[in-house]
Amino acid sequence: MSHFLYSLIGLSAGVCFILALKGLSTPKTARRGNIIGAVGATIATVVVFFYAQEGESLPLNNLGWILGAIAVGVVIGVPAARKVQMTQMPQLVALFNGVGGGAAALVAIVEYLHLGDKANTAEVIATVFTVIVGCVSFSGSIITFLKLQELMTTRPVVFPGGRFVIAATLAATLGVAVWVVVALGTNPLLILAALSLLFGVLFVLPVGGADVPIVISLLNAFTGLTVAASGYVLDSTLLIIAGTLVGASGTILTRMMAEAMGRSLFGTLFGAFTAKPQEASGAADDRPVRSGSPDDVAILLNYARRVVIVPGFGLAVAQAQHTVRELADLLISKGIDVAYGIHPVAGRMPGHMNVLLAEANVPYDQLAEMEEVNPTFAQTDVAIVIGANDVVNPAAKTSPGAPIYGMPILEVANAANIIFLKRSMRPGFAGIENELLYDPKTMLLFGDAKASLTKVVSALKNL
Amino acid sequence: MEPIAIISIFVLAVFVGFEVVSKVSSTLHTPLMSGANAIHGVILVGAIIVADHSRTNLELGLAVAAIILATINMVGGFVVTDRMLEMFKPKKGGENK
Repeated sequence: MSHFLYSLIGLSAGVCFILALKGLSTPKTARRGNIIGAVGATIATVVVFFYAQEGESLPLNNLGWILGAIAVGVVIGVPAARKVQMTQMPQLVALFNGVGGGAAALVAIVEYLHLGDKANTAEVIATVFTVIVGCVSFSGSIITFLKLQELMTTRPVVFPGGRFVIAATLAATLGVAVWVVVALGTNPLLILAALSLLFGVLFVLPVGGADVPIVISLLNAFTGLTVAASGYVLDSTLLIIAGTLVGASGTILTRMMAEAMGRSLFGTLFGAFTAKPQEASGAADDRPVRSGSPDDVAILLNYARRVVIVPGFGLAVAQAQHTVRELADLLISKGIDVAYGIHPVAGRMPGHMNVLLAEANVPYDQLAEMEEVNPTFAQTDVAIVIGANDVVNPAAKTSPGAPIYGMPILEVANAANIIFLKRSMRPGFAGIENELLYDPKTMLLFGDAKASLTKVVSALKNL
Repeated sequence: MEPIAIISIFVLAVFVGFEVVSKVSSTLHTPLMSGANAIHGVILVGAIIVADHSRTNLELGLAVAAIILATINMVGGFVVTDRMLEMFKPKKGGENK
């Protein structure tokens, strides 16, 4: 196959990726967009097998190893993607992103070993960039995975002098990077990889639970840029196009997410350098709360004219999406106006809750976005908050010290009555106390969201 | 390749990347992130190229690891994005109000 044809096919794969991202931006075309992307990736992968790289011949060397490794990857990746529960989606995306970053770093290292002294300075710089960013993306993604899977604390991990340690690690990484460029050699490169892995861990540790999605999105953009840099070293236009596309769109997406959450991107990124150890939140609160029975809740709902359901991640964890839909249908049949108030970051990632409710066949037109639903709370008789906490926490407006300060919230406090379905008084993902729980117009219904909802539904049927 | 050609491709791709996602609703943030994530799995192409180059066991071992990781990223990414988007498909029938 001529180089021209090979490049042309590569370009067509690049066009597929552009169309894929374009398609993914609108609900109607999203699925088709993803499939176009998959087609592009398949074309790109198949065509390498039929083109002899410079100084090589066909068939590819190590063909058995290559095909075997692809088979292993498919055997691991496909079942993981098929079986994952929708609630665990963010972890999986983080993990997939991490392995992509790891792959890019490995590719750079191998190419570096291969080129040896023949590498020119530009290639070495691109290699160094890929190794640093790829390793940061890899180890950072692993930490976000651990945080989301709740295998480690979801709160910001800050230790005394932490920012100096982080700054020192960054300085050392950059120093070694210069060393690699000047001195060339395998050992400096491996030290660079190790330092970068460490920096990735330190970079993500101080990020609080609520900011994790932004970090995943950012690392995603990073990985894209490493792919572009690898494309430069490997002389592959396709990798440059694909990597740059992901890098650029990922950056925009990260900024949009940060805006939806009312965070400054800068603050999130450099949180590692500015985070101060948090004071332990006040003594265990033993202020009185008003807890109610499922019957109380049913009565309240029965005489309401308008009800807004605010679903949170707890709803999904309890697998209560279907029960909540049953409740909504029942209320609608009684002539009550029902809407779901969806916070942009309800769940663990922007748009996550929409996916979870769509899975339970909740009709699309009942899902109201935050800007839509907020002005209507004043006319709402009952707001039911199910397994959500941070997205309705007034601390985001009132207490400048809170990690979620500045995040737009669903203003359920304006509703006439508020019902919280909670497992316990434990604070939400961001680990902040919610004043609303102690509000006199709030009623708490403790227990598993699904069990509680089932009881409310049957109580409502008996009324 | 000419450096200026590479820089041109890079700069143009940056603007295309900015443009295509500039107006996406927050509903689609997660699938878009996941889809973009799958696209950078195309580093698989790079991993195959370096495996082809590999002369020593060390190089081959690292290249094989890179292929496995890249395949997981690419194939898993597209499959999981499709699963998410499948749920957004328009529902038909009279049940919905």
